[in-house]
Amino acid sequence: MAQVTDTHKHSNEDAGHHGVGHIVSPKILIANTIALLVLTVITVAVAKIDFMEYNIHELNMIVALGVAVVKASLVCLFFMHLYWDRPFNGFVLVGSIAFVALFMVLAMMDTSEYRSDIVPGDSRGVVERINAAEQRYAPGSTP
Amino acid sequence: MSTIHSHSSAETNYLTHSRGFLSWALTLDHKRIGVMYLVSVLLSFFFGGLFALVVRTQLIFPGMDLLTRDQYNQVFTLHGAIMVFLVIIPSVPAALGNFILPIMLGAKDVAFPRLNLMSYYLWLFGAAFFLLALFMGGIDTGWTFYTPYSTDADKGSQFAGVIPALTGVFILGFSSIFTGMNFIVTIHRMRPPGMTWFRMPLFLWATYATAVIQVLATPVLAITLGLLAMERAFGIGIFNPALGGDPVLYQHFFWFYSHPAVYIMILPAMGIISELISVHSHKHIFGYKFIAFSSIAIAIFGFLVWGHHMFTSGQSELITVIFSAITFSVSIPSAIKVFNWLATLYKGSISLNTPMLYALSFMIIFSIGGLTGLHLGTLATDIHLHDTYFVVAHFHYVMMGSALLAMIGGLHHWWPKITGKMYNETLGRIGAIGVFIGFNLTFFPQFIMGSHGMPRRYHDYSGVGWLPEMTQLYAPYHFWSSVGSYVMALAFFLTAGYLIHSIFRGRPAPANPWGGRSLEWQCSSPPPHNNFDEAPTVGDCYDYSVLEWDEAQQGYRWRPDVPRPGAGGANPYKH
Amino acid sequence: MTTSTHHAHDHPPHLAHHWETPQQQFDAGKLGMWLFLATEVLFFGGLFVGYSVWRGNDPELFQYGSRFLDTNMGALNTAILILSSMTMAMAVTFAQQSKQKALVICLVLTVLGGAGFMVIKYFEYTHKFHDGLFAGPAFYNGPPDPTKAHLWDPSLPVVTQEQLIAARMAAATTPPPPADATDAQPLTAQRSAIAPPQAGPSGLNLHANRASHDSHGKHDLLHPLQDPHRPVNAHVFFTIYYLMTGLHGIHVLVGMGVIGWLAVRAMKGHFNSEYFTPVDLVGLYWHVVDLVWIFLFPLFYLIH
Repeated sequence: MAQVTDTHKHSNEDAGHHGVGHIVSPKILIANTIALLVLTVITVAVAKIDFMEYNIHELNMIVALGVAVVKASLVCLFFMHLYWDRPFNGFVLVGSIAFVALFMVLAMMDTSEYRSDIVPGDSRGVVERINAAEQRYAPGSTP
Repeated sequence: MSTIHSHSSAETNYLTHSRGFLSWALTLDHKRIGVMYLVSVLLSFFFGGLFALVVRTQLIFPGMDLLTRDQYNQVFTLHGAIMVFLVIIPSVPAALGNFILPIMLGAKDVAFPRLNLMSYYLWLFGAAFFLLALFMGGIDTGWTFYTPYSTDADKGSQFAGVIPALTGVFILGFSSIFTGMNFIVTIHRMRPPGMTWFRMPLFLWATYATAVIQVLATPVLAITLGLLAMERAFGIGIFNPALGGDPVLYQHFFWFYSHPAVYIMILPAMGIISELISVHSHKHIFGYKFIAFSSIAIAIFGFLVWGHHMFTSGQSELITVIFSAITFSVSIPSAIKVFNWLATLYKGSISLNTPMLYALSFMIIFSIGGLTGLHLGTLATDIHLHDTYFVVAHFHYVMMGSALLAMIGGLHHWWPKITGKMYNETLGRIGAIGVFIGFNLTFFPQFIMGSHGMPRRYHDYSGVGWLPEMTQLYAPYHFWSSVGSYVMALAFFLTAGYLIHSIFRGRPAPANPWGGRSLEWQCSSPPPHNNFDEAPTVGDCYDYSVLEWDEAQQGYRWRPDVPRPGAGGANPYKH
Repeated sequence: MTTSTHHAHDHPPHLAHHWETPQQQFDAGKLGMWLFLATEVLFFGGLFVGYSVWRGNDPELFQYGSRFLDTNMGALNTAILILSSMTMAMAVTFAQQSKQKALVICLVLTVLGGAGFMVIKYFEYTHKFHDGLFAGPAFYNGPPDPTKAHLWDPSLPVVTQEQLIAARMAAATTPPPPADATDAQPLTAQRSAIAPPQAGPSGLNLHANRASHDSHGKHDLLHPLQDPHRPVNAHVFFTIYYLMTGLHGIHVLVGMGVIGWLAVRAMKGHFNSEYFTPVDLVGLYWHVVDLVWIFLFPLFYLIH
């Protein structure tokens, strides 16, 4: 099945060869599943430890997300055949994640800047308080 | 005499291949789907244009009483939403692209013909939801659906059209995504032998870059609108500040799609212009790779600048500065294209055909539209210009004057190929010049009054500003702007008239009326059902030295003394 | 088939007319599916961005809200989805090897896995609805539904969103009280009044609050509406939770439907080593459903 891993430009050159795609043996799939289940157990177990008490605040999240990334990579590489597939398909996936990351980073940069900017305390109460004030000065409106 | 096709399938073309309503409604032929898209898009353009004329008529004099305030808000919202979502976004990729792209590439069809047909029906379905929105009371939120207005405004009674409109845009988004996916796969997997990436016509590069944006940005619009509809229907508290939500976050979500969407509109237009300029000046395109890569660069930069729509919306200073800086950088790839087109024109043998006139209009209008974008990208001037007619003029120069005029130019360029008929060239030139004059008369005064502070979205401008004289200041600009819109409308009606006339009475078109080298000019006009019965072999698609004018068929043909590329028989260029 | 002079009449079955070779068609289908998956990534990505923005700015919402989720159920669902992903991947392998019986079994098992996931999700959702934990501004639209009276501790007042905001505004504008006042007051002390002004964000008090509840399990948690230590906008956690898991659940249902259709086709013997593209592509979709859950699980259930 070497033709799948080839990255030549014209896919129609390797014609006349039936049976396309890489066949992954069930053994690999089972091994991958076991790895994923073990990682799930690990991440649940780690979540029970409260790193806050050791003053390592972010560690819980870092471990949880780190394990999730490893699990996701395993699913992509072996269940989704990316390990054997055309690199461009993997590039599509990584590219889409990169754009989500771009969106996430810029949106978080902005919101974390302006949230504390608007009103000390809680910016999200502003509309409530404006409405309350308006109702106070507008008799006849329903509360 | 006229083109004689040695191949049997060329005797029927895609129009005559099969007959009956169902042969169109259920067709999987990309050309027919493209034509259906074209008709639908042009119909929407007609309605969107009518709304624009109503808006301009309301504004022709201060104190006009044509529309109430609410009606005015609805009309400009519908104008914007129809023009953006139903016309400009699908116009070039879905209508012209569907028709041209596979032929230009040398493929028999797009990669997924069923998906292609489905995306057309999704478009119809989305358009139907817009009609529903109209009947359910209309929408007056502007095409941007900003919260909290869109989530709170008049929930029960009128303007209940927000959710149907959101649904419509959601569905149109999927239509756009499917088109994009189809084009990417087609370009990646269906190039015939010899069609390397750098032999592809630049229109394909531009459509490819557009498709990348469609695939990457449109899903975010879908989720945004989904969230907004949930917010309006159930009050989920994500975007609505009254429920603890963050309206600026909505704007981030919206513009993460909608800024790249601006490039969904302009990139394919630039692709068309690259073709028109080169073909109609009969000169090899200058700086092929620069134009090709600048399309990709624009696609990527386009994702990095969405915040420049939010400079005055409560966005933080930090991100504002970043977005402003990146916004300036978008002008680099755009300028690269313009300079390369200019260099292509230089010493070319320019035919001032209708398509070329549109292309030249595009270059002038796009330069003005692009450069005024820099004024708006500059933070200090944007504070003054934000939400004035300057912005209105800027985006009409880019979206209407550039994207739509390029589309009309492309329509003229490929009209002989699509219909197999030639339109009246004289009327075409008059129409093109009329559109150019009308357009500039409409929108250039808006730059001036905008810089004088005339706010956008005002239903009546008597009493605008802090001095009574302000109304008098704005009045002539508004007047001439409205007059310009009528000139433009007349020119468009003229254009529609001679194009429709040509379908019935036009001279049969030769295979290659303009002297183009790309593959669509190698098959007959209109093309046969299968485009190419054998995968064609490809040469340099901008090398015009191998073509000569053939008086007999009033078109260009391959020079007999030049051997064709590829082995004999592989080339479908037959006459 | 080395040149392009290849005509439609010797096309193998399943090869559409516009393709030259099965390999080309397969590659195109696969690329198309990957592009579709990219759109799925961005579709969910929007929600993940919403999640990150809220969690980055108001981590206390998530620390507070996740205590109402059952980690064991989440972990069980993770395991179920991983196993169903495995059966789906095996289905692809068996289809490529033309093993009809094993293919059908694997597809059916995959559908059952999806169904198991949805059943557990159903119990999680209904439990939350039963407890009055809704999306949206359910926590501050006034007094609760009287039919849910069993949920409430009649001896405790309802703490509205307005009261919480007022308390936080007051806390932000008054000088910090002595250090011992920041400890959580006994709940009885707040019975008759609006939550007293606290020093700093209410999230800081969570620690003391959770210590008294964690060991008893979620049933002993105060209902958010009666919890004076509830962060402002606690409802946003539930909104995001329902949106993300709900959208994921819809994808699971769609996947189950499509895989069920594949199973029917597989029973009719439609798939073999020559033609298995639908199984392969649907498999990719199902793995993405799994991928999303792999991230949702730690992001909602494993928060400290």
